[in-house]
Amino acid sequence: MHFARVIGTVWATQKDPTLKGIPLRVIQPVDETGAENGEPLVAADRVSTREGDRVYFVRAREAAKAFPGKFAPLDAAILGIVDGAQVDGEDA
Amino acid sequence: MKIGRVIGRVWATAKDEHLESRTVLLVRPLDLNGQATGQAYLAVDSVDAGAGETVLVVDEGNSAGQVLGLDQPPIRTVIVGVVDEVDVGRSA
Repeated sequence: MHFARVIGTVWATQKDPTLKGIPLRVIQPVDETGAENGEPLVAADRVSTREGDRVYFVRAREAAKAFPGKFAPLDAAILGIVDGAQVDGEDA
Repeated sequence: MKIGRVIGRVWATAKDEHLESRTVLLVRPLDLNGQATGQAYLAVDSVDAGAGETVLVVDEGNSAGQVLGLDQPPIRTVIVGVVDEVDVGRSA
């Protein structure tokens, strides 16, 4: 899993039926210091995030498993909203 | 599998239910000389790994489910061992 920041939302009316009801957010991956780390991507939102939240997300097929029974075509899913982190003994 | 060093941890109240009561640690990849290399990532702990320890990490969903005793979790990166020593058999 990796850190990211929620920077937007994707709306799609016409989509694969298995994607119905799954919120899609635009996230910017960041490193443990908060610096941007790679290109933004679209991720399914499992935890009702809001723009600006620091989150962690999983890539690849495991993302779909956050939505059991849907077998949705997902390759990234937000699994947690970060309350706090500690790196090398310091708050980060 | 890969080798890394535990450099931190993260707390999240809002998270996928598969992560309830799990510890999520920040891991820095290490090369075979024990030097930090590449971007840190987050992994679910299954062996009570501590800060600063060198760990063995699996990055594959089916293995993650097996180790954590979960059926089809949205988790792919799990710490599965604490490394005592790595010997790559290099002659001087």
